[in-house]
Amino acid sequence: MPAASLPTLTPKDFASDQDVRWCPGCGDYSILAQMKKVCASLGIPRERFVFISGIGCSSRFPYYMNTYGFHTIHGRAPTFATGLKVARPDLLVWVITGDGDGLSIGGNHLLHALRRNVDIKIILFNNEIYGLTKGQYSPTSRLGTRTKSSPLGSFENPIRPITIALAAEATFVARTIDVDVNHLTETLRRAAFHKGSAFVEVYQNCKVFNDGVFEYTTDKEVKSDNVLYLEHGKPLIFGKNRDKGIRLNGLEPEVVELGKGVSVDDLIIHDEKAAEPTLAFVLSRMYYPQFPEPVGVFRAIERPTFEDLLNRQVEDAIKAKGRGKLEELFQSEDIWEVEEAEANGPTALD
Amino acid sequence: MSATAAAMTMASPSKQRRIEERPEVVIRFAGDSGDGMQLAGTQFSNVSAVVGNDISTLPDFPAEIRAPAGSLAGVSGYQIHFSSYDIYTPGDRVHALVAMNPAALKTNIKDLEEGGILIVNSDAFTTSDLQKAGYKTNPLEDGSLKKYRLVAVPITKLNREALSDLKLSPREVDRCRNFFVLGLVYWLYERPLEPTLRWIKEKFARNPAVMEANIRALKAGYSYGETLEELPVQYRVPKAKIPPGRYRKITGNEATALGLVTAAQLAGKTLVYCSYPITPASDILHTLAEMRRYGVLTIQAEDEIAAVGAAIGASFGGALGVTGTSGPGLCLKSEAINLAVMAELPVVIIDVQRAGPSTGMPTKTEQADLLQALFGRNGESPVVVVAPASPAECFTMIIEAIRLAVSYMTPVFFMSDGYLANSAEPWPIPKVEQLPKIEIQHPTEPNEDGQFMPYKRDHRLVRPWALPGTPGLEHRIGGLEKEDVTGNVSYDPLNHEHMVRTRAQKVANIADEIPPLSVVGPETGDLLVISWGSTYGAIIAAVERAQRKGLSVACAQLRYLNPMPKNTGEVLRRYKRVLVPELNLGHLRLLLQGRYLVECIGLNKVQGRPFLVSEIEEKIHELLHV
Ligand SMILES: Cc1ncc(C[n+]2csc(CCOP(=O)(O)OP(=O)(O)O)c2C)c(N)n1
Ligand code: SF4
Ligand SMILES: [Mg+2]
Repeated sequence: MPAASLPTLTPKDFASDQDVRWCPGCGDYSILAQMKKVCASLGIPRERFVFISGIGCSSRFPYYMNTYGFHTIHGRAPTFATGLKVARPDLLVWVITGDGDGLSIGGNHLLHALRRNVDIKIILFNNEIYGLTKGQYSPTSRLGTRTKSSPLGSFENPIRPITIALAAEATFVARTIDVDVNHLTETLRRAAFHKGSAFVEVYQNCKVFNDGVFEYTTDKEVKSDNVLYLEHGKPLIFGKNRDKGIRLNGLEPEVVELGKGVSVDDLIIHDEKAAEPTLAFVLSRMYYPQFPEPVGVFRAIERPTFEDLLNRQVEDAIKAKGRGKLEELFQSEDIWEVEEAEANGPTALD
Repeated sequence: MSATAAAMTMASPSKQRRIEERPEVVIRFAGDSGDGMQLAGTQFSNVSAVVGNDISTLPDFPAEIRAPAGSLAGVSGYQIHFSSYDIYTPGDRVHALVAMNPAALKTNIKDLEEGGILIVNSDAFTTSDLQKAGYKTNPLEDGSLKKYRLVAVPITKLNREALSDLKLSPREVDRCRNFFVLGLVYWLYERPLEPTLRWIKEKFARNPAVMEANIRALKAGYSYGETLEELPVQYRVPKAKIPPGRYRKITGNEATALGLVTAAQLAGKTLVYCSYPITPASDILHTLAEMRRYGVLTIQAEDEIAAVGAAIGASFGGALGVTGTSGPGLCLKSEAINLAVMAELPVVIIDVQRAGPSTGMPTKTEQADLLQALFGRNGESPVVVVAPASPAECFTMIIEAIRLAVSYMTPVFFMSDGYLANSAEPWPIPKVEQLPKIEIQHPTEPNEDGQFMPYKRDHRLVRPWALPGTPGLEHRIGGLEKEDVTGNVSYDPLNHEHMVRTRAQKVANIADEIPPLSVVGPETGDLLVISWGSTYGAIIAAVERAQRKGLSVACAQLRYLNPMPKNTGEVLRRYKRVLVPELNLGHLRLLLQGRYLVECIGLNKVQGRPFLVSEIEEKIHELLHV
């Protein structure tokens, strides 16, 4: 029975012997704990996991996983992951990145990894701050964020990771929250099982430099009014009493209260498999406090992966003309033969 | 005589003509980008090789893709040096120039030797074409070309006449003019038509009208030679003494691509070539992209950083990760290359150098990236640097680059340049069974008390290349300083110094196995000319000439720039003076003086062009007071 031969692993098996060096209370701890749980549950041998990261607090992650790991350079993790996955499609390749790593210095690579649909799982720890460099504003920091490099408040318009991922034609796009343990676990699991690039934004609290930016999504008192759990095929309902929903008004979403002439049938039905990402894009633009912020899977569609297409070209070429041998490689249109004793030229001249 | 008859009798020259023997000839085809000069040049060089001459060729592409027709910027050229003895360069001075329009004449005439043959398409010297080239008066008529043997041929008219009965548009007819002039030049140098006729038949198999037109143009040009009064002579260049075997013509970029595929097969590995398009390196990507059935994977990355990143990622996974670029792209790769230095992973970086700084002159050659390759990264960052000396040598040296990268777990730079990339020479086709295998071992078992230590080194200081997917060898690598043996992150001061020195020593250890520096010429003497990369051809040609004059001069070529051969300092000290010609302001000179404390004299040229043999020769004469 194949199941019997699968390794039975526990989260502990995925813990490396290195001391974890994040600040006490950092959201990264929770993500690490859930990741170990998820890895242990996948039925994949440990040696097949590879964690690749850039630079940042978040990017220390691979050192704490007892798997193969590569802590690379700032912003470029998707490039190393792409090369690895192309060479070794048998591996399960995760990319760990931050909002600065993935969207500032590495924005270009994120875009192209998603566009190509390389089968890698990109987890972006969004704490809306540069943690490792001790607290400067990042491309996701909200307007007015006061940091060491923006003492009077940031005036740069932030970008939304989910919006960017959708625009880059990502085939799997999701959002979750560091302390929403079950949701986080489930989202990581779904990312792991997706064939193609998966992009997951995790709201992550930086205890030291940006504490509480996501409190409205985690505070027991208010979170059900501020978080919208996306479920495929279900209407967009939220609120402590599940009495509020999202309806489309033209091309704009609006919050409506159920009853008072509005029924569930008026609400948007979430379709993560929609061929066009239009509605997912609309959802990605819903922000607190005007809207509840959606978490869950925005988009999950199927498209051939980069490495499969590339390797298929190799297979097809071999099928069509046979595997190339060096003797053939050296051939060209014009080959000539020089025979012994034929030459009669002088050897030296001026 | 009919065209066909002319082609058949070409072996025996017509009675009234003189035949003069020449040891070597340099000919250049020049015309508008649309005139098909590259094709004419390629055909001429192929035929010359087939008849047994040694050849060396160099195309000169216009910088702009679609410069206006007839403009100076749109001139495209192709130079061929063919000879009856060993040659090393495409030649200094041109013996025969073909100029298809005034712009081609204007940009190329300065390279034609006095008394040289100048074949022009006189039909193209109209008022407007003259204007576009900036001529106030017609040079064919104003006496300014008196120094040359001018052969003005109404090529457009003659070609049209020869093809008049074919059902082709005037444009299609005019496009055959390159074959007309090629035919004429074939006649002049006694080249057979068959190889080119065969090529035309294959190339235009699907278009019989065009095939017929090109065949006719070629033959018409050939017969026209017979009638030429301006040229009562034909030239014969006897065969060269070339070691027996099978040959083909190869450019540096082709040789590099073939070498990469070969190295992958010799190593039993998948080649993953990652690149972002850039002149003059793109052709390597193009060539490899066609090689899927050899198992070659190519990635056209989003930029040069991504390209080197993907190459390193592929190497981490156990493939042969290679990236190729030119100067501006190399700047972008520095940080990732440093990661490979730290992580001690193999990766080969091909730098097809071009004239810089910044965007510089993309289509022009230079050697000014050497110090960047050696030192252009933060921290103490030792890498291996090798450089091929000729187009064909790109094949062996890129295989060597791969071998060193995988056997020492290190980045290796391969320093080609625009000149090597595009120029061509005969390449003896290697015997596959004689190519040495590249041995690679990946550990499958823990290496210390049941544990795996990723930085436990062998006697050469090389760490194991353990591949993801191997049970029990899970480990993490990265750019933070590593504790030796365990590979754990470490800020320990003494460990850092130990690791910095270890990484340097590992690369230095390569000197134990590379060939010693050898000299061509006397073992001691008045002058040593030492060089690296593409300047080899001009230098050896100049040095051999000087030696024949009895001068005490030798030359040596550094194919390994880091580490250098162990005997380099000793060789330098055996000569009274040392000359270092380079297409930069003195990179190798700086290195040699710094490392070996030997005073070196520079000969430095930065014009986007290779050295002429005569430039080196003059410098040798100057230094030796000849
Ligand atoms: C090329 C380069 N530039 C700058 C840095 C400094 N640096 C390290 S991490 C970082 C920002 C990290 O922010 P983020 O990706 O959000 O990660 P976090 O620490 O918040 O998890 C910067 C600017 C670097 N390591 N490399
Ligand atoms: S600085 Fe912020 S993100 Fe970094 S470890 Fe500390 S709490 Fe976490
Ligand atoms: Mg951050």
